[in-house]
Amino acid sequence: MIHARGLRRSFRTRTGTVEAVRGVDLDVEPGELVGFLGPNGAGKTTTLRMLTTLLEPTDGTATVAGCDLRTDPVGVRRQIGYVAQSGGSSPECKVIEEMELQGRFYGLTSEQARARSAELTARMDLAGLDQRLIKTLSGGQRRRLDIALGLVHDPKLVFLDEPTAALDPQSRANLWTHIKAMHREHNTTVFLTTHYLDEADALCDRILVIDNGKIVAQGAPDELKAGLAGDLVTFSVPVTDGARAGEIAARLPEVSEADVDGGTVRFRAPRGDVLLPDLVRAIDAAAIPLTSMSVTRPTLDDVFLTLTGRSLRDAEMGAEAVGEATEDKETADVA
Amino acid sequence: MWRDTWLIFKRGMVLSLRNPVWVVITMMQPILYLVLFGPLMEKITQTPGFPPGSSWQILTPALLVQLGLFGSAFVGFGLIAEYRAGVIERMRVTPASRVGLLLGRVLRDAVQLVVQAVLITVLAMLVFGLRAPFWGIVFSLAMVLLLGITMSASSYALALILKSEDAFAPLLNSVLLPVLLLSGIMIPITTGLAPSWLYWISRVNPFTHIVDAERAGFRGDFALNAITTGGVILLVLTVLSVWWGARTFQRESG
Repeated sequence: MIHARGLRRSFRTRTGTVEAVRGVDLDVEPGELVGFLGPNGAGKTTTLRMLTTLLEPTDGTATVAGCDLRTDPVGVRRQIGYVAQSGGSSPECKVIEEMELQGRFYGLTSEQARARSAELTARMDLAGLDQRLIKTLSGGQRRRLDIALGLVHDPKLVFLDEPTAALDPQSRANLWTHIKAMHREHNTTVFLTTHYLDEADALCDRILVIDNGKIVAQGAPDELKAGLAGDLVTFSVPVTDGARAGEIAARLPEVSEADVDGGTVRFRAPRGDVLLPDLVRAIDAAAIPLTSMSVTRPTLDDVFLTLTGRSLRDAEMGAEAVGEATEDKETADVA
Repeated sequence: MWRDTWLIFKRGMVLSLRNPVWVVITMMQPILYLVLFGPLMEKITQTPGFPPGSSWQILTPALLVQLGLFGSAFVGFGLIAEYRAGVIERMRVTPASRVGLLLGRVLRDAVQLVVQAVLITVLAMLVFGLRAPFWGIVFSLAMVLLLGITMSASSYALALILKSEDAFAPLLNSVLLPVLLLSGIMIPITTGLAPSWLYWISRVNPFTHIVDAERAGFRGDFALNAITTGGVILLVLTVLSVWWGARTFQRESG
């Protein structure tokens, strides 16, 4: 659905050239729900704007929904839906006016556009709001309208830029449900950017981690986590049995960083949950009474930390100075 | 392209009609000039050096140009607001023609301007006894239409390049005021009235010729000399500004 090779984009600023995206390769297959995760200023939006024909790459090639980005941008536009971070509906317009106009841009007749609008507003829980001015909608409603606008031509591929930024937790969870439904029930390929770890974790089949304009890792959320530090397994036994339990645990396959502290044993394993039954049997066989046990899965923040040496939060702080300059330039550069 | 132009035009018209307050507010300025400044002109136009024609034949066409200059130059503010709301970007990701996205807006502004110009002309006729030949008025209104297209296309191009109200407002003011003064809208800049340096600077200003042509239309002077210079200059400006606007709208990036 998306195949990009060596995408680059640099911006000229007063202080020199800022390389926002430095050679991104990515492939998205039909039917995937892919998350593009990274701190602000990492190059997520710039990459997305290139893939949606809003920004011309400085270098590199890409085909999006079967059309070449450089030679057939109009073809790309016909095939994709795009929901920008800032939304895109006019506050002074009525819901139905924007929906109909959007449909007509894609070549639908007035009647077709209205029918499609009725279908989408119902699906997005916006039924009955047709005649409302968009400025009177709530934040969550407005965001759902933005998504409905992006789906008007039933695209096979949809780009969502920070879909839940600035939404309250309830609207956020609600929007997740809609995004999942769009993906599963309507078989839409979704490519979304986010800087929320929980969002990437909850929604995406596969995650691309971007930092400093380059993709630093990709995989399913569980795979990414398993590939790194692994799960942290902790269990407790009577203090007198601590050392013996530690030895037993360390003999299990793929265990690392085993550590005993009195009656508490800690170790890491790629799949702690899979290891638990073996662990229980081995401890039981040695006639040691288990008092408690737990598995802590690494978070995507651990993943980011291991990949880049900084946590996502630190990266955001650090990127602000550079990132702001880049983002200013991004807004200034798009004509 | 024409389909998208029409769609955008229609949308703009619906929005203008929903909130016609702005259309009325921009008309207030020329109306105030007619009421509070126009009566002063009656004696002044007797001064030697003034161009031919009655005071209302001199003032009304000039006010139409002023309306075109100021009313249309500020349309870019609306575009910056739309840009900020992501509307422009949303439309640019659709297959809609980017030239259409511009032209629809420009034509909406131009049509709105002509309607305002007609209302002001009718007001000047009914209340102040302006007399002008019918075809002269038609010619002048056609000029107003082109002027509206020119100013609005340029305003949109500039707005899209600057993308900031803070930069846009001072730039407009610093350009429009000298243009306005130098085009002799209030008091015509003629050899008989102005020192020669001022006269020559005003001749370099393309809008002076547009005002002259408008005035010629209102007094029914269809001599080739009076209307062609202004007409041709305006036509060239219109083509250039639409080309500039279209190019700015089309560009993928700055």
